[in-house]
Amino acid sequence: MKWSAIPYLSFRALHRNAMRTVLTALGIIIGVGAVITMVGLGQGASHEIEEQVNRLGQNVVLVFPGERQLGGVSIGGGEANTLTIEDALAIRDEIPEVVAASPEVRSQRVIVYGNRNWATRVYGQSADYLQIRQWPMESGRMFDEDDVAQAALVAVIGQTLVDELFEGSDPIGETVRVRGLPLEVIGVLAPKGMSLMGSVQDDIVLVPYTTGFQRISGRSHAMVINVQVFDQASMDVARLKIEDLLRERHRLAPYQDNDFTIQTQEEVAAAATETSRVMTFLLASIAGISLFVGGIGIMNVMLVSVTERTREVGLRLAVGARAPDVLLQFLIEAVILCLLGGLGGILLGLAATEVIARYAGWPALFSAEAMFIAVTVSAAVGLFFGFYPAWKASRLDPIVALRRE
Amino acid sequence: MAHAVATREVHREAQAQPVVELRGITRVYDTGRVAVKALRGVDLTVEDGEFLAIMGPSGSGKSTLMNMLGCLDRPTAGSYVLNGEDVATLGPRELARIRNRTLGFVFQAFHLLPRTSAQENVELPLLYHDDGLSWKEIHRRAREALEAVGLGDRIDHTPNELSGGQKQRVAIARALVTRPRVLLADEPTGNLDSRTTLEIIDILQKLNREGLTILMVTHEPEIARFARRIVTMRDGLIASDRPSPGLSATEALAEWRDELDVHEDLTHDAPAEVQG
Repeated sequence: MKWSAIPYLSFRALHRNAMRTVLTALGIIIGVGAVITMVGLGQGASHEIEEQVNRLGQNVVLVFPGERQLGGVSIGGGEANTLTIEDALAIRDEIPEVVAASPEVRSQRVIVYGNRNWATRVYGQSADYLQIRQWPMESGRMFDEDDVAQAALVAVIGQTLVDELFEGSDPIGETVRVRGLPLEVIGVLAPKGMSLMGSVQDDIVLVPYTTGFQRISGRSHAMVINVQVFDQASMDVARLKIEDLLRERHRLAPYQDNDFTIQTQEEVAAAATETSRVMTFLLASIAGISLFVGGIGIMNVMLVSVTERTREVGLRLAVGARAPDVLLQFLIEAVILCLLGGLGGILLGLAATEVIARYAGWPALFSAEAMFIAVTVSAAVGLFFGFYPAWKASRLDPIVALRRE
Repeated sequence: MAHAVATREVHREAQAQPVVELRGITRVYDTGRVAVKALRGVDLTVEDGEFLAIMGPSGSGKSTLMNMLGCLDRPTAGSYVLNGEDVATLGPRELARIRNRTLGFVFQAFHLLPRTSAQENVELPLLYHDDGLSWKEIHRRAREALEAVGLGDRIDHTPNELSGGQKQRVAIARALVTRPRVLLADEPTGNLDSRTTLEIIDILQKLNREGLTILMVTHEPEIARFARRIVTMRDGLIASDRPSPGLSATEALAEWRDELDVHEDLTHDAPAEVQG
């Protein structure tokens, strides 16, 4: 047999039934397209999470009140009242590895400016909070230690508020109201984008924690203490020291469990990445099912095709084709069908990802790896689902096959 | 095809032995409950260059014999020497080679690949050739074969653009393209009208004159008359084996033309045959 003839014969056979070829390949196109899209979006999300974890700040340790499960991370929380402002100050002042600590209090409040209002989250933080978060200012200034000491009525606002309340005009020096309490806007934060959990981080108002605790939330305990450690190498030491310090301050006996939880930024990241990885896997599995269904479609059509082309197979055998030649021809037909589907699927997937990324605003990441895998998998689908029909064709008895009308 | 003819002449001188030699061929189909004896001990010798017609009613075993001769089926017992090779002992791989090289097949239903040009249909057996022919050589040989059957101007036509007679000529070209020793024709004119039948027989006779051995199955005595030897099968055995006048199809065609009126003569080229 002439080797270059086999792909040629396969191509010719597919070409003779162009319409059917396209319809059959459609199953694979959709399957591969779905896989590419899902993996692209999933990887985009993972990448985004990594970015945000990095944006979370450098060498950050979060101390949550109460004992929390490590796996089920939530950035929110603060159910227990075990962390005080004094705890935060003690962490900052007594542990040498710690450069900054901010006791955090959050409350959902409506901000009023003129005749406009906007529901947002008001954070009470320390003056060095932006240093911990590595969050630059857009304009104006951050409140300082004095403002904190005096529980000054000042606010630093996120970009969302500038857009919603001030419609883009300069808010510095203006006064907004929270439950009748006037706050002078002294600074605007640089835009930061979405958070790990999908909320808009720019939808935020920062006030001195003194103001936040006493005048806005009415709480006395911190929901989180944001701690920044001197460098990466000191993280573990700092963590142990924070634990010792807080146990001592909370007068916990050795047999008692911690009434707080310490998490590093890496742990938060790991949990978030794990979540997105599982999501990606789930989405890709669902997409994989459609690829599988596409494969069954290929097998179905190939079986019909073998039945339809019985006489052709008989003729080929009569003029000197061997059973393996026939097997190979049908197998290669199935593989070509799937590869065409795979290529079409990649194009469809790229287009779909692009559209979703653009209109739904989801981050997407194309990887050559995913495309390579898609093509390999579709060829494998072709081999797997094409084998049985091809084998059936090669087993035909030429005498019977030629007599078939 | 001058080259092919010359090769055949050399063969003829080199080996005096017959092209086909069947000895005590039996074929039993085991259908489960009963064993059907399709062939019950057939002896047949065909010399190089013969034009043999195999006749017989349906169920006489002529189709089974044809399958046997075409190496598509294997005898239950007996020996079959084809072109000096004991075919009954060969495996499927070798049988495929023999079908490709030594034999050419022409079928009643043409068996052309649909939506495929005459040229590509004729090339098909060469694609299963072991010699590693270049594509150029494959194209050239296919064109030659089509020219030999008078279809040099139809190489790009697909089967549904051809008349029945033209289709059968493409099929003959396909059988010839591998330069076989023996042409097996199974009711080659069964789907054609009388006029086209004569044209096809004419081509077969021409090929036979050039040295090709032809074995043709037919149930029509009028067709068998054009062969030079007629073997009649009955109940799985050869009932008679006699020489035939070997009428000339060329002459028959000429007579036919004389009988036609001018009007029909003008419509000569219109495809009027029964389509297969």
